[in-house]
Amino acid sequence: MHELPQNLANGLLLGATYGLIAVGYTMVYGIVQLINFAHGEIFMTGGFGALTVYLGLGSGTSMWIALPLMLVGGIVTATVIAVLAERFAYRPLRNAPRLAPLITAIGLSITLQQLVWGFYPKAKSPRVFPSLPGGPFHLGSITFQSADIFVVVAAIASMLFLAYFVQRTRTGRAMQATAQDPDTAKLMGIDTDRVIVIAFILGATFAAVAGVAHGLRYGQVSFDMGFVAGLKAFTAAVLGGIGNIYGAMLGGIVLGVAESLAAGYIEKIPGMSQFGGAAWQDVWAFVILILVLMVRPQGLLGERVADRA
Amino acid sequence: MTALLEVEDLRVAYGKIEAVKGISFTVEAGQVVTLIGTNGAGKTTTLRTLSGLLKPVGGSIRFNGQPLGSVPAHKIVSLGLAHSPEGRHIFPRMTIEENLLLGAFLRKDQDGIQVDVQRAYDLFPILGERRRQAAGTLSGGEQQMLAMGRALMSQPKLLMLDEPSMGLSPIMMQKIMSTIVELRDQGTTILLVEQNAQAALSLADTGHVMEIGRIVLSGTGSDLLTDESVRKAYLGED
Ligand SMILES: Nc1ncnc2c1ncn2[C@@H]1O[C@H](COP(=O)(O)OP(=O)(O)OP(=O)(O)O)[C@@H](O)[C@H]1O
Ligand SMILES: [Mg+2]
Repeated sequence: MHELPQNLANGLLLGATYGLIAVGYTMVYGIVQLINFAHGEIFMTGGFGALTVYLGLGSGTSMWIALPLMLVGGIVTATVIAVLAERFAYRPLRNAPRLAPLITAIGLSITLQQLVWGFYPKAKSPRVFPSLPGGPFHLGSITFQSADIFVVVAAIASMLFLAYFVQRTRTGRAMQATAQDPDTAKLMGIDTDRVIVIAFILGATFAAVAGVAHGLRYGQVSFDMGFVAGLKAFTAAVLGGIGNIYGAMLGGIVLGVAESLAAGYIEKIPGMSQFGGAAWQDVWAFVILILVLMVRPQGLLGERVADRA
Repeated sequence: MTALLEVEDLRVAYGKIEAVKGISFTVEAGQVVTLIGTNGAGKTTTLRTLSGLLKPVGGSIRFNGQPLGSVPAHKIVSLGLAHSPEGRHIFPRMTIEENLLLGAFLRKDQDGIQVDVQRAYDLFPILGERRRQAAGTLSGGEQQMLAMGRALMSQPKLLMLDEPSMGLSPIMMQKIMSTIVELRDQGTTILLVEQNAQAALSLADTGHVMEIGRIVLSGTGSDLLTDESVRKAYLGED
C-alpha cells in the first residue's frame, strides 16, 4: 500500500478541480433552481480564454507574468459568456416550466462546444496548454507538480473568498436571502435580478480558474473537456448537497478521492479485478453518489427539503 | 389633502382570471385601514400588487403622490411601503437578528438601524432572547412577530400586514393584536388584511369588505362591527 498517499493526493487534486466547478452549479441552483448544464462549457471557455491570452503574449514571456494574465483572460471570457447566457437564454424563461430552461441549457452547452470546435483555430483536436516551470516536487512518498500547487492554492483561496463574501458582505446576505425566498427578498429592497447575475459571475469565475488548472495539469484544453468535467462537478454538487457552497467543494473532494482510490485498489479486491483501473473510475464515482444519496438524500451538507420552504 | 395611499379602480389578473376587479380605497397618514373578506376575496393579491410583486392590469396606485404601477418590487420599500406577507415568510436559515437587519437592507444609518433593532426587541422581548437562533426554529407566533419587526425595520410610512393572526393560538393572537394597537397609538399608518373581522374592525379607523375581487361594503370600523350583514357573514352570527 505504499502508493496510498500518492493516490489520496491525486484524488484531492482532482476533487478540488471538481469542487471549483461544482460551486458554480450549486450557487446558480440554490438561487434560481436551474441546473445550468452549460456550466461545463463555461469551464471549457475559461481554459480557451486563458490559452488565447497566452498565445497573444509571445513565446518569451515568463509563466509568472503570463499566468495572472491568463487567469484574467479566462475569467473575463467565462463571465462574459455566462452573463450573456443568463440575460438572453435563461432570464426570459424564469417563469416558464422547469423543463424549458433545462433544455435551453443543454442546447447552449452543445452550441458552445460547437462554436469552439468550429471557430477556435485548430481546436478540432486538443490544443497544447503551457505548463508551469519547476517541479516535480517530493513530499515523503508523494510526487507533485507546480500545477498541483496552483490547484491547491486556487481551491483554498476560492473557498475563503466565498465564505467571506456570502457571510460578511451585504451582497452575500442578499444572495442568501434570495436563495431562501426570492419574493420576500424583493420586499426587503433586494434587486434579485442583480443577485442572480452575480451568482452567474462568481460561478463562471471559479469555473474559469478550474479551466486554467485543468490546462496546466493535463497540458492541453479541448472543446469537449467540459462534458465529463461538468458531469462530475454536477455529481459533486448533488453529493455535497445542492445549494450548499461548502458542500460543493466537499462533494468534489469526496468524489475525486473515491475515484482515485477505486482506480487504484478495486482491482486488488479478490474477484473484482475486472472492475478496477481508470476505465471503471467513472462508474465508481456514480456508485458513491448513489450510496450517499440512499443514506442522505439531501447530500452530505444539504438541508432537508422541509427546511427550504 | 391627498391621502398617503390612493388606490383607484385597481384590477389584477392571474392569466385570464381577474382576482381583483376594480377596487378603490385610500389610506390617510396615521390611519389604520383594514381589508376583510373570505378566502380568495383578493386581499393578498391587492397587497402583493401594492408591493410590486404583481403588476396590475388596470387602474392606478399612488403612494405619497407617486404612481407605483411600473415601479419594480425592490424599489418600493425605499419609498416607505413595507409588507409583512401572508404566511410570514421569514428567512428560515438566518438568525432572528439577520432577518431584522435584512428589513433595513437599504438603510445606511448604522446607528439608527441598531436603535431600531433594539426597538423591535422591546416590542417583542422573545425575539431579543433568541436573537442568534435560526428563524426557522421559531414558533408560528414568534415568526409572525419577527415578520412584523422586520417590516418595521425599514421605517415605513405605511405598514402592510397580511393576516398577522393566521394560525395563531388565541393568546398569541391577543399579543399580535395588542401590538398593532400599540403601533397605531404611536402613529404608525397600517393597512391590515385579516380574516379575523372582529379583531380587525375593532382596532381600525376604516374597513372595507372584499368579496370575489370587489369591495362590497365600506365604513368606519365601529359601523361595520355593528352592521347586520357583516355580523352575519363574518362574525358568525345569525
Ligand atoms: N398565484 C396564483 N395563480 C392563480 N390564481 C391565484 C394565485 N394566487 C391567488 N389566486 C387566486 O386569486 C384569487 C384571490 O386570491 P387571494 O390570495 O388574493 O385571496 P385572499 O383574499 O388573500 O384569500 P385568503 O383570505 O384565503 O388569504 C383566488 O381566487 C385565488 O385562487
Ligand atoms: Mg390572503
